[in-house]
Amino acid sequence: MLMARLMEEKLASLYRSGGRIVGGVYSGKGQEAFSAALTIHLEFGRDIFAPLIRDQAGRLAFGESVMQSFQTHFGTVNGPMRGRDGNVHRGLPREGIPAMISHLGAQISVVSGMLMARQMQGKSGFVGATAIGDGATSTGAFHEGLNLAAIEKLPLVLAVANNQFAYSTPNERQFACRNLVDRAIGYGVVGHEVDATDLVACVRTFREAVANARSGGGPQMVVGNLLRLCGHGEHDDASYISDSAKQAHSGRDCIEVARTQIAEQGWMRETAFAEEEASCRKTIEECVDRASAESLPNPFTCDWSAISSDDLSDGENLKS
Amino acid sequence: MTYLEAIRDAQATVLRDDPSVFIYGQDVGVFGGPFKATKGLFDEYPGRVKDAPISEDAMVGLAVGAAIEGMRPIVEMQFADFSSVGFNQIINQAATLYWRTNTPCPITIRLPSGGTPGSGPFHSQSLEGLYSQFPGLVVVTPATVADAYHMLVEAVGLNDPVIFCEHKYLYYHLKSEELDSEVLPIGKARIVRSGTSATLVTYSAMLHECLAAARQLEVDGYSIEVVDLRSVKPIDTDTILASVARTGRLLAVGEAFPWGGSLF
Repeated sequence: MLMARLMEEKLASLYRSGGRIVGGVYSGKGQEAFSAALTIHLEFGRDIFAPLIRDQAGRLAFGESVMQSFQTHFGTVNGPMRGRDGNVHRGLPREGIPAMISHLGAQISVVSGMLMARQMQGKSGFVGATAIGDGATSTGAFHEGLNLAAIEKLPLVLAVANNQFAYSTPNERQFACRNLVDRAIGYGVVGHEVDATDLVACVRTFREAVANARSGGGPQMVVGNLLRLCGHGEHDDASYISDSAKQAHSGRDCIEVARTQIAEQGWMRETAFAEEEASCRKTIEECVDRASAESLPNPFTCDWSAISSDDLSDGENLKS
Repeated sequence: MTYLEAIRDAQATVLRDDPSVFIYGQDVGVFGGPFKATKGLFDEYPGRVKDAPISEDAMVGLAVGAAIEGMRPIVEMQFADFSSVGFNQIINQAATLYWRTNTPCPITIRLPSGGTPGSGPFHSQSLEGLYSQFPGLVVVTPATVADAYHMLVEAVGLNDPVIFCEHKYLYYHLKSEELDSEVLPIGKARIVRSGTSATLVTYSAMLHECLAAARQLEVDGYSIEVVDLRSVKPIDTDTILASVARTGRLLAVGEAFPWGGSLF
């Protein structure tokens, strides 16, 4: 959580100073607890995690490296997207991290397909998770995907971060149901709701949801209530978010809440926080330096083929 | 064997030969498909011919996910027209996967295409021109029984998303005694009829109209060359240009809407 927050602060700073970042910067400020609490229950190599734009924390907790984020934001050829798709779109599909497209809700059916394929291949014990926001619940892809996953009783965990705004559009212009978690009933999946500013509550909720999915309980839909503590992206000052929303319970900063919880429980010494933060900052600076030194893709020498088949008789035509 | 039976048999062949192949579509299971293109396959290949809900977007998304995991799904759209609901997953997810992530996306999407009497504006469309716009998609348009069989088998074996446009008018009308005519790879056009007066370039059901026209024109003393593109992407420009170099005249004949399609 802390590493994700500090990474995104660094990325935002680089974005504002200009010249370094290729594309935009989209942060998960305020969503770190909800995102990380999901993926600490997943195992890289066995499970699947399809993140969305505010899942830096979940990505790290699942097993993505710090370096991969900076490589992608800097557009380097060594990053997972080889400099051809930016920032939050990165992924390693064959390693269990599908690379999101911008169209919301679209990853639900992709993860479902990965899960169904593994079942057909006779594998077992895996879970697939994907993250969306309140806005994505309005899409047809959300409906089609969750309905399909329910029909097939797939081990899917769908994390819905209700951060109250889809870009600038508030909940009341997004849906009319009392509570998004009520939708779970209509799809025949298990619904969970959690205060997503509360790390301990998030960990408990996702522990149960992931265990349910893994043990054959079918799709689990987890709605986390929180507030996006930043703009849609760094280009957005979020002036449309009212002070009363920020001061409400759901406007709490999950990292501050977690610090208090950890101190109260005595899980870490006070000095350990500062040590941890210093260690994260050091790693970040090292990664920024290393990624900065990497090359951008060469338009003349990289293979830009959109088609993988070399044996088509008119291959050149397709690849042009 | 009819064109439709060739499609059914090609699917039986790939299901038999490759355990990673499965079929996903509406009513394809016990019912055998609305046109019977999957007749009997549900029983022959248990667990590998699955009925889908009426969710074209999710059907294609599921196929992309399965392909990431090493499967080779065949998605049957009930009619080509309904693929518009799955358009996003086809053009943004399937078509970009390899370019973005270096991950092959071996899926075949079957589109029962084209006009038949009485089928109206939502069961008649020819969408090959639309899909050929997008990098990352292969778009094939078989015109013969043998091509329907061989090109479907080849399509399923390709590591790229293939839009397989099968013409509904040919399903029952077109018959052939045997499959083993000359087998050409996808991407290679066929000169079906040699001529010197003009070149007709066409594909799918319009091939047969062009051949009929060529026979009529022969009576009037014109020798018409007819080129069957077989696939509109890749498009075999070498064969087209060589033919036009010989005849000096070109007429492109297709059934799709005339604006921005494969022939313009």
